[in-house]
Amino acid sequence: MAISVDEAVSTGPARDHTPPARRFGGRGRAVLEVALLAVLAVVMLFPVLWMIETSIKENRDVYAIPAKFFGFKVTLDHFKDVFVASGGGRSALSAAFLNSVVVAGVSTALATVLGVPAAWAYSRFSVKAKKDQLFFILSTRFMPPVVVVIPIFLMYRQVGLIDNKLGLILIYTAFNVPFTIWMMKGFVDEVPAEYEDAAMLDGYTRLQAFWRFTLPLLLPGIAATAVFALIFSWNEFVFAIFLTSSDSVRTAPPAIAGLIGGTTVDWGLVAAASIVFALPVLVFAYLVRKHLVAGVTLGAVRR
Amino acid sequence: MAGIEVTALHKRYPDGTVAVEQVDLSIADGELFVMLGPSGCGKTTTLRAIAGLERQTTGDIHIGETLVNDLPPAERDIAMVFQFYALYPHLRTRDNLAFPLRAEGLPKAEVQERVDEAARLMRLGPLLDRRPHRLSGGEQQRVALARALVRRPRAFLMDEPLTNLDAELRADMRTEIKHLQGELGTTMVYVTHDQVEAMSLGHRIAILNKGRVEQIGTPLEVYDRPASLFCAAFIGSPPMNLIEVEVADGKLRAQSGLVLTPPPNLPRDRRLVAGVRPEALEVTEPGAEGSVPARVVSAEWLGDEIIYVVDHDGRRDVRVRMPPTVRFAADAPVGLRHSGGPPPVYDVSTEELVA
Repeated sequence: MAISVDEAVSTGPARDHTPPARRFGGRGRAVLEVALLAVLAVVMLFPVLWMIETSIKENRDVYAIPAKFFGFKVTLDHFKDVFVASGGGRSALSAAFLNSVVVAGVSTALATVLGVPAAWAYSRFSVKAKKDQLFFILSTRFMPPVVVVIPIFLMYRQVGLIDNKLGLILIYTAFNVPFTIWMMKGFVDEVPAEYEDAAMLDGYTRLQAFWRFTLPLLLPGIAATAVFALIFSWNEFVFAIFLTSSDSVRTAPPAIAGLIGGTTVDWGLVAAASIVFALPVLVFAYLVRKHLVAGVTLGAVRR
Repeated sequence: MAGIEVTALHKRYPDGTVAVEQVDLSIADGELFVMLGPSGCGKTTTLRAIAGLERQTTGDIHIGETLVNDLPPAERDIAMVFQFYALYPHLRTRDNLAFPLRAEGLPKAEVQERVDEAARLMRLGPLLDRRPHRLSGGEQQRVALARALVRRPRAFLMDEPLTNLDAELRADMRTEIKHLQGELGTTMVYVTHDQVEAMSLGHRIAILNKGRVEQIGTPLEVYDRPASLFCAAFIGSPPMNLIEVEVADGKLRAQSGLVLTPPPNLPRDRRLVAGVRPEALEVTEPGAEGSVPARVVSAEWLGDEIIYVVDHDGRRDVRVRMPPTVRFAADAPVGLRHSGGPPPVYDVSTEELVA
């Protein structure tokens, strides 16, 4: 099981005497594991920690050399700046956050509404060239956004979707629908079709059977899928920066990136904005964990 | 109650697979009719077409006097029991039973009365307030049966309802279903791939293969005179021995010299195969009268009988059923003799029964 850990750290000659699994028995091994994990955790978490520190430091302390890890004065001014413009009123960043909420929310809802019934249909019905269709649907996700952004830009310019929230919503929906179909098909496959058959014999139409019996059993799956789609739309940067420009349309990722690049960079503001931006994702990731663990069926079926 | 008439049923899926080539069935009112066949033979598709869960590509289905081709499942007045039971997981047993009745809009008192009756019939009393995940497999299946009963349908459709139960429970449930059907007198169409289930339950059995009906008959007819080589190889455990024979001097002779009683009206000038049941052969001392030399390959001691596999005529798969008192060691030279009546004889090229 955990032998690989031992092998990874054991040096050549020592191997000859005892098998690695026994050499680091008990305490020694536990200490080593904790130490390794601690190093890893520091490397991974330090940027996050530094971001949090920067967001609550005064500007003086942000630029201090040597850097201050401790003993700086805590301030929440940067967080205030995220939401309130310097002259009073709403800041451009807060508008960007609102845009992000709208764009990510609507595109996720659309992808769910379109994707779940499609997944159900692919799972339940015999469709001509089903595998090819599913592969084609997936293949739209093969290309990284950067590759398609220029053709999309040209198309959008023709139809007037440049610098338009609807444009972003549509492109995010287009990216999320294939994902939703594939992920939801797995969940639908898990729910026995017999429920729908039985409901149809009991007098419901196929759609009613889906709505009343299958859909409730799919809710945990839908939640998990929607959260993934939401995270994708929320974090998306490439399309957002290419297809939008004005403050009233721009989403948070390009808006935050836009803070960097002037003659002076307000790192405190950047850090605070990043934290505000990252929090929802962290919360949703936590929800995904809960829902993925939850069973899909309620145990009424013996397979 | 009603009979079921299936005429020239054909089902082809949009992706091109043909599930049912052509099926004609005439199921009498009150009959327990079994559709038997290997997986993929079209039996379940036929049943689902009768239920209205699949729309056949062509062909007609009548339930009673009604042509039901375009009726949705609920209006066909049938009840179906599934392999996976399909009890609604969020409902207690009581509500699972009442559900189809409430969907029909029956008055409360009537619902109550019918649920109680079905529960009594299937002995579900103590289970009425449990949800499906608190029931064992056998209990779930009884609830599923009861849920079919409460509707008082014109016909029951059973889709391999016992497959998920363990062997002992399966035998019990088999008896229970047969008893129930006899008592209610309701037409039942029962799909299974298990020949023991088919033989013990069915008034008549239809054997399906590759989307076609190979044979329809009572269990005994199907056992004694399989209509095709497929049926001959499918029914019986161990199945029939298929021995190539020719007609000579008014007798059926295998190449080895084994002589079989000939059935009347044998066709001439055709290559023939006789289907000989393991119990219609005898292993004897070598050189016994009417026997041909053979050799025991292996013996399966089953307690109440012994199945000898003997090497005969270069084929090492001739099976003979003998009482446990007749014992020969493996590899012993023995005699092989036909002891039954005329066996069914098949044409090699058409694979059909000719005499």
